[in-house]
Amino acid sequence: MYQAAKHSSKLQKNGLDDDLSLVEGSTSASHRLSLYDQPPLYDITVEDFETSALDRLRILAEIESSAARNRSWEETKQVTITQCGKYLPLNSNSALGIDLQSERRKDQLGHFVLRLAFCRSEELRRRFVKAETTLFRVRYETDDSNERRAFLDSKDFNWISVGSEEKNKYQAQLTHFAPGKSDTERENAFKSEPFYKVKWTTIPDLVDKRKVFMKGGFAYVPAREQASIIYAAFEERLDAALLATSRAIPLVDEETRLNPILDNLAQGFTAGVPSDWHFPLCMRVLHQTLRRDRHIQHFGRLHYGLFLKVLGLKIDEAIIFWRKSFAGGKGSDKFDKEYRYNIRHSFGLEGGRRNYPAKNCLQLHTAHEAGCPYRQLENSPENLQSALLSTYSGQGLTLDDLPEIMTQVKKKAYHVACTRVFEITHSRHVKKGEGLGDGESVTHPNQYAARSIELEKDSQEPKMEVD
Amino acid sequence: MASSAELDRVDPTAEDVLLNYYRRLYPFKQLFKWLNRGPERTEKESRLFPYREFAFTLRNEAYLRYNSYPSDIEMKKHVCLLTPSRFEIGPVYSAQPKDKKTVRPTHFKAEKREVVFDIDMTDYDPIRTCCSDADICKRCWAFISIAVDVLDKAIRDQFGYNQLLWVYSGRRGIHLWISDKEAFELTDNQRKAMVEYLTVIKNGKEPGKRVNSRVGSRDLPPTLKDAIEAVREPFDDLILQDQDCFGSQEGFETLLSLIPDKKLVSRLREKWSQTPDSPSYTKWDEMKAEIKALKDKTARQTMRHAMEDIVLQYTYPRLDAEVSKHRNHLLKAPFCIHPKTGRICVPVDPRRIREFDPAKVPTVGQLLAELNASNSNNNGEHLEDWQKTSLKPYIEMFEQYANSVQEKPKMDLSW
Ligand SMILES: [Zn+2]
Repeated sequence: MYQAAKHSSKLQKNGLDDDLSLVEGSTSASHRLSLYDQPPLYDITVEDFETSALDRLRILAEIESSAARNRSWEETKQVTITQCGKYLPLNSNSALGIDLQSERRKDQLGHFVLRLAFCRSEELRRRFVKAETTLFRVRYETDDSNERRAFLDSKDFNWISVGSEEKNKYQAQLTHFAPGKSDTERENAFKSEPFYKVKWTTIPDLVDKRKVFMKGGFAYVPAREQASIIYAAFEERLDAALLATSRAIPLVDEETRLNPILDNLAQGFTAGVPSDWHFPLCMRVLHQTLRRDRHIQHFGRLHYGLFLKVLGLKIDEAIIFWRKSFAGGKGSDKFDKEYRYNIRHSFGLEGGRRNYPAKNCLQLHTAHEAGCPYRQLENSPENLQSALLSTYSGQGLTLDDLPEIMTQVKKKAYHVACTRVFEITHSRHVKKGEGLGDGESVTHPNQYAARSIELEKDSQEPKMEVD
Repeated sequence: MASSAELDRVDPTAEDVLLNYYRRLYPFKQLFKWLNRGPERTEKESRLFPYREFAFTLRNEAYLRYNSYPSDIEMKKHVCLLTPSRFEIGPVYSAQPKDKKTVRPTHFKAEKREVVFDIDMTDYDPIRTCCSDADICKRCWAFISIAVDVLDKAIRDQFGYNQLLWVYSGRRGIHLWISDKEAFELTDNQRKAMVEYLTVIKNGKEPGKRVNSRVGSRDLPPTLKDAIEAVREPFDDLILQDQDCFGSQEGFETLLSLIPDKKLVSRLREKWSQTPDSPSYTKWDEMKAEIKALKDKTARQTMRHAMEDIVLQYTYPRLDAEVSKHRNHLLKAPFCIHPKTGRICVPVDPRRIREFDPAKVPTVGQLLAELNASNSNNNGEHLEDWQKTSLKPYIEMFEQYANSVQEKPKMDLSW
């Protein structure tokens, strides 16, 4: 038996109080929705530990993938509900004949295990918070309205209902933020709309655009905006909790039996479905080869490794990544001997200690191995076309797009071809001719990936609209 | 007393001048009290102070970061040893900054810091007509005084913060330090939100509309309605009268570039080209008359909004936003000496900002002369050196402020 309680008490000693001491009274989960402010404090098996996390990970990976595929909110919601039904059912209080407590325990446990796995780098934290917040939103929106009300009332969200006297005092200001398209509509809406106030620090993203009325450090919000407040609170608290956890966990602690599991989980997420979504074809090809053959040649490792490094993969993550990727192919002894040095070398930690930059397009054009696929497959157009289709058909590239790409390849304008692929696969954000935005074309694989990630970040959650 | 010509010859970056100033006048004790936020200094009970970063600019312009001290006593010793020409205050870190090299990077994070704002006269160069670049006079200081007025009110009223310290930057700008506990603990994300909420003017040199005040064709949000009310009068006095911003061809062209109604623009241009030097208030009135005469209600509404935006563009505080967004930003400490002017970065009372005259702020030369004079006619009363100089009211103001920042025993309100 593994004792989760012991684990958390160890964490507390390491200074995790900020995170875990927020625990409030009740232990059993009386609501379907949870802000996860209370870690599991009961005995669990290593098996439970792993299953709950893996099952949750499937759902989060699907959510990431939805975002990467630009699924609409309704589609994302449907897909997530289906996945949850399969791996992580979570029924409302009205459901009969179901062990609600065990469902909710699994939900809690999985969440907290993944916190441990994903607190380790800023990038992982960001992605975890985003996926978890989406999951929370799906559940919040689909929650039974009575139970949702009960959930809201049960927690101290630190929001205060604005009394009628105060409401009238600020009538002129509050009307500005009431729902409606015209002054008259807003004036009418003001009368029936209840207002709440929260500390402004809870909802910085509504404050910065002056979308709320501010007075004495409180932001006044119409009732229909309560949901965005809750999402913001969920996101912000999870963010803070992860940060606290990351500081509490020693980076390399080979002692604990959990580390291999946690490494594995984090790696599953890193090397999971959507991460290579942002890569240009050259790096997609290397990634696919590595996944398929569990091995790539020296130059492939070099180009792909440097690319990942610039993308933000840390040295310890890089070693884990490559070790996992080669697992099954090479033993870890051999791995350590042959590759550890190379990886450390490319991070500038061995040999001449140069921090090598990633290869740019020009360098990849002239590379004999693992170079620019547009250039290398120039003389076998069928192979290039099938590579393009199999790689990017999930991102909106169709047969009809191929001729113009191939025309550019024939003209040896490889970067134009690559830029066009970017436009097609990011058609939600860039129009034809805009390239990576502002007409910039591809000159570096990392520029391609960075821009793609940036676009995705910009188009996250739908923002509150006052108009 | 030394003559003012002699005072001007005192080099504010000379080692002996700086040493004398730091040794005898600089309010280290009050600085400690403010930054430590805790009870009076006792043997070991310095709370936050040791975690605070100080960065020094030495006389040869070398820049030393990550200095930290157990208390003001050690700090004073080191400052007197280095005699920097000025120094900056950074954040409170999770470990003592002097140990930065020996602690793990994950354990060395900027955690807390006063919220700071920086308003600099350079951002007003496109609109002020009396001076340019590094120059400043009582007349263009009025821009700063409007900014202080608007910002001080907005922050107190809307954000509910009360521990505001305004500090003259020694030449042509002003800094604001907000020390309220909540402000002190804001995350970078929250700081960014606060700055953006308060940022209406996009700074830059190119002409044209720089105001981001409203959503589409909506009315101004309440915070900017308040601001408009507060600047209506100063706009008349400063922009239309004193600076006469539209009293030249270039000036009225800038005004016209902010008017969205093309027909109205061409009518006004025709009229004003005849008398390009007519006073700004005349032009402003002529514009108002034209707007009044517009038949179309929507066109009138659009112009009413445009006028509000113009008033904001000429008077709303112009913030250097980057300074405020991150906890790890460094800002020059109060009471430093400006190396070019020799003036002390003294606190300013926002309620009396309109009376403030940068030219009357004491210089280090003047202070040291006052000190010498007081030594020769000692009347036996025991006073600290700074109390014998014209720095006295400023240090008293600072001390009062430091006292107000003392935190009460911790009460856990987390949820
Ligand atoms: Zn001037």
